[in-house]
Amino acid sequence: MGKIASSRTKSSNGIMDWFNARLPVTQFYKDHLSEYYAPKNFNFWYFFGSLALLVLVNQIVTGIWLTMHYKPDAAQAFGMVEYIMRDVPWGWLIRYLHTTGASAFFVVIYLHMFRGLLYGSYKKPRELIWVFGMIIYLALMAEAFMGYVLPWGNMSYWGAKVITQLFAAVPWVGDSLVEWVRGDYLISDATLNRFFALHVIALPLVIVVLVVLHIAALHTVGSNNPEGIDIKKHKDENGVPKDGIPFHPYYTVKDIFGVGMFLLIFLFIVFVKPDMGGLFLEHDNYVPADPSSTPDHIKPVWYFTPFYAMLRAVPSMQIGALIMALAIVVLFFLPWLDRSPVKSIRYRRWPYKLMLSLFALAFVVLGWLGMQAGSELQKLTAQILTGFYFFYFVWLFFYSRNETYHEVPERIEK
Amino acid sequence: MMKKSILLLLCMTIPVVASAAGGAYIGEPANTNIRSQSSLQKGAKTFMNYCMGCHTMQFQRYNRVAEDLGLTEDEMMESLVLTDAKFTDKMTNAMSKEHGEQWFGKAPPDLTVIAKARGVDWLYNFLINYYVDPSRPSGWNNATFPNTSMPHVLWELQGIRKANYNEEVDAEGNSHAELTGFETVEEGQLSEEAYKDLVRDLVNFLDYSSEPAQLIRMSYAPWVLLFTALFTFFAYLLKVNYFRDIH
Repeated sequence: MGKIASSRTKSSNGIMDWFNARLPVTQFYKDHLSEYYAPKNFNFWYFFGSLALLVLVNQIVTGIWLTMHYKPDAAQAFGMVEYIMRDVPWGWLIRYLHTTGASAFFVVIYLHMFRGLLYGSYKKPRELIWVFGMIIYLALMAEAFMGYVLPWGNMSYWGAKVITQLFAAVPWVGDSLVEWVRGDYLISDATLNRFFALHVIALPLVIVVLVVLHIAALHTVGSNNPEGIDIKKHKDENGVPKDGIPFHPYYTVKDIFGVGMFLLIFLFIVFVKPDMGGLFLEHDNYVPADPSSTPDHIKPVWYFTPFYAMLRAVPSMQIGALIMALAIVVLFFLPWLDRSPVKSIRYRRWPYKLMLSLFALAFVVLGWLGMQAGSELQKLTAQILTGFYFFYFVWLFFYSRNETYHEVPERIEK
Repeated sequence: MMKKSILLLLCMTIPVVASAAGGAYIGEPANTNIRSQSSLQKGAKTFMNYCMGCHTMQFQRYNRVAEDLGLTEDEMMESLVLTDAKFTDKMTNAMSKEHGEQWFGKAPPDLTVIAKARGVDWLYNFLINYYVDPSRPSGWNNATFPNTSMPHVLWELQGIRKANYNEEVDAEGNSHAELTGFETVEEGQLSEEAYKDLVRDLVNFLDYSSEPAQLIRMSYAPWVLLFTALFTFFAYLLKVNYFRDIH
């Protein structure tokens, strides 16, 4: 008996050795899972990284299946979606997982980004992780926008028209650029075809590569934590951080619980309220694309509305587009705008806590304003909040220079 | 901290109710019941008899309707399908888009997903709020969808009504008409309640056809969520067990 067992161990080692001599599989597993030491004090906010990965996989898998049944043809696209909803077995589930997944992606990403703001995860030495994350966010916005055009509903059509028209704000070449993006003088079959190509292969490839870089950069410098304490300062005799625990099994097990919590909400929406009362799937997009009939109220899906509110807050389309672009660009520079040596909000004083809360609130209210028809009062509010959005970064740059803060402990106390 | 954060997350996912159309008169809710098969059957019958001459359901098939509404092929073909369509055909009609435009000014829209676009309350109110208006080409107008190009197809059932509007001129000199009520000019074949029930069933059928999968979806929902809850509970126990020795 012992002989069989030992020969089996030997043969399995043999296989691993064979692989390891050609590709460091075991080393890779250790570096990124069993011997990747993460701080022991991750909280609720640390679920959203792994959840973003889960949603990405969901989008790719359901997206592949949707592609099997969809034709990017202006005459057929609207009907293809209804064909998937009716005639394709389980097509409705695949589509709802994909549409709900799109909104869930942004919920998860916004919370993931806010985590970064709370605990200063963008600060040295993690600037590059933040920048990669921001590029992912940009790519994700493009991906979501083009995906939204594919069902070829009336809001797809007019949304595409408004968004592509923004390129006209580019000086000198604006109009040619709009035509180049659309592939036609107006939104047409040509536009639908190229958006399909970009949505199903070009942008997903970009996003996957960026996610790999995002995680590779993270695993090079190590994870931040709610205390903002560098755990690598205190290592034991084996070089293992004293306040670190192996990602696997500890955080794989914890993240499975996070996945369960997420799926409870996610699947509730998929099975009970997939259009979320018009928030995830808009009423006007159940009318086929019609170039001669403008929807009463053109607006993007909820995840774009904070920026849409900024665009509308300014009378000039050219300046509005510029402000909208700047609102995203400024986020790239956050690691250098925040000059405080303290990472976590827990050790910063009340002015920072207050301003960050107001900043988050302004973003949410702008999101709400972007969905409204836009009365004079709403427009004024949007202007004030847009101003505050940019003021926050200016304030942060000067305030953080000589910021006073509470003393940060050396070790993580739990 | 953890509990507070989860609560925050839950609050963020509470659905925001958005209305489908602005400015339209919505007097009462539709109160449809998608689980009532008899209501759906009656609605399907009204649809085939009164709507399908002009409107299509081009993405919906007869056999799917029969299956979901608990009808056999014979029942469906004999009592509901009035054309020479086959059982597996999609629910289309013979009216071309060009003819529709010529006859009504605007081609009658396909109604497969109209309930998703307009909402059941809007559809219900639209169909009960017709009134005579000689100034319109069709002779009919509508309080829910003013100046609609669709005539009152169900007038024999509801009867003929006229609307009373209270005109008011505001400080800026703009006149606003406020609907104060309807007045029956000629009785219809059905009582007011019977007519509303007929429309309710019809709208229920439109709601069903906008997403036939909702019947399956809703029936799976409790089991899917129960499984996920159990899974999450055991995942939680596992997590607690692993973290017991982390201090």
